[in-house]
Amino acid sequence: MTLKTDAIGREWPASTYQVGREKIKEYANALGIDNPVHFDVEAARAAGYRDVVAPPMFTVVYSGPALGPVLFDPEVGMNFAAMVHGGQEFEWGEPVCSGDEIATTPKCLEIYEKDGKGFYVFETTSVNQDGEQVVRAVWTNIVRGV
Amino acid sequence: MAELNVGDQVPALNVTPDKYLPHRYAGASGDFNPIHIDREFANQVGLPSNILHGLYSMGLVARANAALAGGDPRALKRLSVQFRGMGMPEQEIVVSGTIKSVDGDRVVVDTVATQGETAIIKNAEAEVEL
Repeated sequence: MTLKTDAIGREWPASTYQVGREKIKEYANALGIDNPVHFDVEAARAAGYRDVVAPPMFTVVYSGPALGPVLFDPEVGMNFAAMVHGGQEFEWGEPVCSGDEIATTPKCLEIYEKDGKGFYVFETTSVNQDGEQVVRAVWTNIVRGV
Repeated sequence: MAELNVGDQVPALNVTPDKYLPHRYAGASGDFNPIHIDREFANQVGLPSNILHGLYSMGLVARANAALAGGDPRALKRLSVQFRGMGMPEQEIVVSGTIKSVDGDRVVVDTVATQGETAIIKNAEAEVEL
């Protein structure tokens, strides 16, 4: 079977996310992270941040939902039911703080077949309200039995 | 902190996610895929139990590496992982790592997350600024 590869190189419109203190706190608590810079605005400012700062992996909170609809795009044509998350890479830039507005742009980097599996590689690039890049992510999804 | 050299082990992180952790993580992350929060659904698709979110386990790998720099959220510059075996709630996760390279104040750490004999995250590579 030949994989549908029409989506390679395609970019989707950016979606935006407003970062808030309580969401950062909720994420840090779920991960058992207790550094006060994630909870207390005074501690965050003393450490040089403009407001409560997000842990690096908070990036999933805004970049995951930006990528979500792309996985169901008919042009991508991915069999979601047989999909597993195979690999993930994040490269961080400017820290993300409460009050930031983050815009995330998804792009399809690669679609290929290997060992009878379909590999779907997407990139999301997230920038803050000042246009500074906060994270670049590469998501590798594997579909069994293509 | 003490100087790190290639081949050094970094301090391990041990976490046992409780039964309800996948629900809290679903709320925190927005990922409500039922295989993570619904045991009956997970059984129906052939899994022994609901499974941990891969990105939760990756979050623990990030936490273990940021701890090298005192938990400073600016310290972790890059993290890439491969998801392998499935993580289960109520079983201890051990995140362990070895220094792969040192370049000035930047180190690259080879990291793995295991539950018993199962590697749930493999070939994790973290770049940390100390």
